[in-house]
Amino acid sequence: MKVPLSWLREYVEIPSGTTNSQIEEAFVSVGFEVEGVEIQGADITGPLVVGKVLSIQAVEGQKKPIRYVGLDCGEGETRYVICGATNFVEGDLVVVSLPGAVLPGGFEIAARQTYGHTSNGMICSSRELGLSEDHAGIIVLHEGNPGDNALELLQVNDSIFDVAVNPDRGYALSVRGLARELAASLKLPYMDPADAVSLKEFELNTAGIQVSIDDPSAASVIYIRTVSGFNSHSKTPLWMSRRIEKCGMRSISLAVDITNYVMLELGQPLHAFDVKKISGSLHIRRADKDLELTTLDGQVRKLANTNLVVADDKQPLALAGTMGGLHSEVTDTSTDLAIEAARFDPISIAKNSRFHRLSSEASRRLERAVDPALAEISSARAVQLLVELGGAKHVGSATSGAVPAMPVIDFDPHFASKLLGIPVSPAVVETNLRTVGCSIEVVGDSLWKVTPATWRSDLLNPSDLVEEVGRLVGLNSIEGTLPIGPARATLSPLQYRKRGVANYLANLGFSEVYNYPFVNQEMVDLLGFVGARAASFKLANPMSDQAPLLRTHLLPGLLDTAKRNLNRGAKDCAIFEIGSVFRDVTKLAHVSPVPTDGRPSAETIAEIYASVPPQPLFVGAVVAGSLERDGWWGAGREFEWSDAVTQALKIIELTGNTGTIVQSDLAPWHPGRCAEIQVGGKPVAHAGELHPRVLEALGLPARSCAFAVILSELPVASAKSAKPILTMPAATQDVSLIVDAAVPASKVEAALVSGAGELLESINLFDRYENLGDGKVSLAFTLAFRAPDRTLTADEVSGYRESAVKAASEQCAAVVRV
Amino acid sequence: MSLSAQAIEDAKNEALSAIAGALDLDSLKEVKSAHAGDKSPISKANQQLGSLTPEERANFGKVIGQAKNQVAVALEERLKVLEAERDARVLIEERVDVSIPARRTIQGGLHPLTILTNEICDLFLGMGYRVAEGPELEAEWLNFDALNIPADHPARTMQDTFFVEPADSHLVLRTHTSPVQVRTMLEEKPPIYVICPGRTYRADELDATHTPVFSQVEGLVIDKGITMADLKGTLDHFARSIFGPDVKTRLRSSFFPFTEPSAEVDFFFNGRWIEWGGCGMVNPKVLIACGIDPEVYSGFAFGMGLERTLMVRHGITDMHDIVEGDARFSQNFGMGVK
Repeated sequence: MKVPLSWLREYVEIPSGTTNSQIEEAFVSVGFEVEGVEIQGADITGPLVVGKVLSIQAVEGQKKPIRYVGLDCGEGETRYVICGATNFVEGDLVVVSLPGAVLPGGFEIAARQTYGHTSNGMICSSRELGLSEDHAGIIVLHEGNPGDNALELLQVNDSIFDVAVNPDRGYALSVRGLARELAASLKLPYMDPADAVSLKEFELNTAGIQVSIDDPSAASVIYIRTVSGFNSHSKTPLWMSRRIEKCGMRSISLAVDITNYVMLELGQPLHAFDVKKISGSLHIRRADKDLELTTLDGQVRKLANTNLVVADDKQPLALAGTMGGLHSEVTDTSTDLAIEAARFDPISIAKNSRFHRLSSEASRRLERAVDPALAEISSARAVQLLVELGGAKHVGSATSGAVPAMPVIDFDPHFASKLLGIPVSPAVVETNLRTVGCSIEVVGDSLWKVTPATWRSDLLNPSDLVEEVGRLVGLNSIEGTLPIGPARATLSPLQYRKRGVANYLANLGFSEVYNYPFVNQEMVDLLGFVGARAASFKLANPMSDQAPLLRTHLLPGLLDTAKRNLNRGAKDCAIFEIGSVFRDVTKLAHVSPVPTDGRPSAETIAEIYASVPPQPLFVGAVVAGSLERDGWWGAGREFEWSDAVTQALKIIELTGNTGTIVQSDLAPWHPGRCAEIQVGGKPVAHAGELHPRVLEALGLPARSCAFAVILSELPVASAKSAKPILTMPAATQDVSLIVDAAVPASKVEAALVSGAGELLESINLFDRYENLGDGKVSLAFTLAFRAPDRTLTADEVSGYRESAVKAASEQCAAVVRV
Repeated sequence: MSLSAQAIEDAKNEALSAIAGALDLDSLKEVKSAHAGDKSPISKANQQLGSLTPEERANFGKVIGQAKNQVAVALEERLKVLEAERDARVLIEERVDVSIPARRTIQGGLHPLTILTNEICDLFLGMGYRVAEGPELEAEWLNFDALNIPADHPARTMQDTFFVEPADSHLVLRTHTSPVQVRTMLEEKPPIYVICPGRTYRADELDATHTPVFSQVEGLVIDKGITMADLKGTLDHFARSIFGPDVKTRLRSSFFPFTEPSAEVDFFFNGRWIEWGGCGMVNPKVLIACGIDPEVYSGFAFGMGLERTLMVRHGITDMHDIVEGDARFSQNFGMGVK
């Protein structure tokens, strides 16, 4: 909310000499951020005077209208100036800067020859004086006399604070509320403008428009005050229009300006109806069967049956607290007005505003809870102003509902020290609570009955009261202490895993990236995802229609990012990401609303947890080109499918698990060059070369590779117990077998292991030869044996070798190559 | 040849001078064969010992033995000298220019968000906190309701939330890591000391300082007698650990539905106050919704954006660099070694 210092000074006795930064600091220290301070008039020096237009003579032959204007500036003789604006006529009062004046931007006014005349000054617009961005032309005044000091008349010199108001402090969206905060912060006396409103002259009767709150959940209290004989041609006085402008709103007409002014002053949004358009009395109710309403902005709005409206006996007249209706709008012929001030239900207003995507000055305040006591006061204040400034007469007032009683909070004053961690005496607690409007009944040393002021509906429990004390005492008086938690803190297995894997890959030459988890259907289709990976969650409100889905896999993001790196000139690209993916859209469970006034039942908690889909943690990597580069040492080496499989296996081993490789054809990998890796019979990883079609479509280099491991699927390995280190010599045996090319090497290896006996220490495939013909391949393994207690003899070892070969020939139809 | 002491002496001297005259290992090998081999004069003299009388044998045996020994020692010494000479020569010939750049594999690196997250987790692990994590696609109740952000409350619209279809799934991309705090309070009994890092989502357009997908770290402590002074002390310690020992923090009163009192925390860095995050004492309403008795326990919570922290600490001026995945960005941070 923008608030001028001159207006704040009316309610707070701010000592002269207080600087803007002191005011700013005062707001900030009690929890009101100042987003900007606009200083008006600081760069203007006079003379600026009121001038009356005596004559207007058009200067002929110019491309744009140029007028030679004669002015009475109270100097006894006519002053002539050249002016390009046309929004004034003879007899109007305007603002004239005389030679010697300096306007914002260092613009010095001097007498000068132009368009064949001597121009002795300048007629000013709001913009030229730095008062607004208004382009509507020069200022035409409705008050003042020729020669009056215009800087004073327009109250130009002022500082305007743009104060951010948190959503729990609706009362502070008013000069009344902000002045109260400023006074409290500076420890200065405060005058409440609401107290200055006299209620005596506005008795309740049936002479004017009557009102009823038909739906008690819609509002707690409403006042309707009816006036007649309003002179709709009365002009808004400068003091009022200037204040409205300084608060960032526009002056429109006296009736509308008065409702806005009172809203800015006190915080209560008001609405004025044209009484002649009201049939019968007013009702606060839900829209129910009413289908539509044309609002002030000319839009025909379809109503939801739960929308809150102000209606007469026939039809809805206004979208309650949000925007008035066109039908009962106050126009320049309206003489009889009904002023509405209500404490609507904040949630209903928030829903009105959200449903119609219509956030107004009124709804912004009402949805943050307005002081219910203001309905009576603010409506009276508006009538006062209509009488005073528009010649209106009060006809009668009506009301419905009542100001609800505020809750009484049982409060132990020592709780302030207990929560804040600094000593705060009960006397200080009391002073500060009273400053924010609470009344206190002292029952005992440790029990006070505290009743918050009507504008503080946010104060509900002792902690709320401590916050008030804390912000007024100043949170920076708190000296820090350092609590230490129980000595059982350690990373979880998954957290260790994440770190270990990230460090491993980064050391290997991979760069870590974090991709957005948003993807589009084209990418899903291109990658050939099916099943769980094709069933994505869809965002109701995506950042872009280009990427409305949540990722089911890390590859879409990694491939895009690899592409970006290559486009930026990288020759080789090796990147990885560790992140969650979103799967199992079928699991969506409907959870009914769960109250928050106590811990939900175990069943309800389980139900809430079950409504959240599983989000497995993956590590994924894409390599385009080489990890090992060309150089003076010779050629580098392309990262190929077997490297991808190796790295996936190593990651699995890093977690203390052992992977088994199974041939796979999972998209988007190359259907003949994809390894599925299983742990305990469950697939946990895929690795290999990417599908050539996918690479081509994405513009990535041929033979690029990828791997992905589901880190959260890997079992937690049990703590290792130490193995004895055997020191007797090892004996090795080489075996060369011929098998059908379709038989996986992993199967042959497993067969050899099964037959080799328990002294087998390691097995290593060291050669694979394909050109045998007949669809056969040769696989050569080295088997190493070691006994714990003796040196193995050649006979013993060749016996083990024979037995291993026998197993391979039984299980894989392997034949020894001779 | 008949044995004479002089002949043996001569043979020995001849051998010693040949050894001294051998200039490389090959010639020394020849000298060895000539003067210490089976057919060398001294060996031959030795073979004649058998034909001597026992008295002569003892006499000559001693002389010959001494001569053999001297020759063997001289050979050994000369061998060492010549081998050292050869080694020195060969190693000089094998010298290479070790300054040739030899980075054979491409450079890798951790993303600085990972480095910072680890650093923060380690700091708090040392203070007895556990690292708690939770799902990014989260139940609305855990993200909002349990944190005293009721439906239709303006506070709910403060955070531009991503919702997933259908609306009655009541799932959102979490707008903060606070639902992890709620889960922790539902799952564990106090005392609770947790630090919650993770990815969070708000529908802000990507620009130089905003990103719809960002990272937060939140801390939560629930224990008996926890005060706002504990919060202040923890934030001071945190700020000094991340930004340097001279860094100061300040609290500014603010509003968050889940804390009461609430504050913004700023830190003073490079000559100016910088907004860091939000904090406060856990609102009793939140404790109650999680089944913790606010009469017995109190707690504090704080949360800050990691991207902002990174940008300030490392002088990153454009958010795009953090989110676009350009490998050069991570490479620059390497393994995060300080």
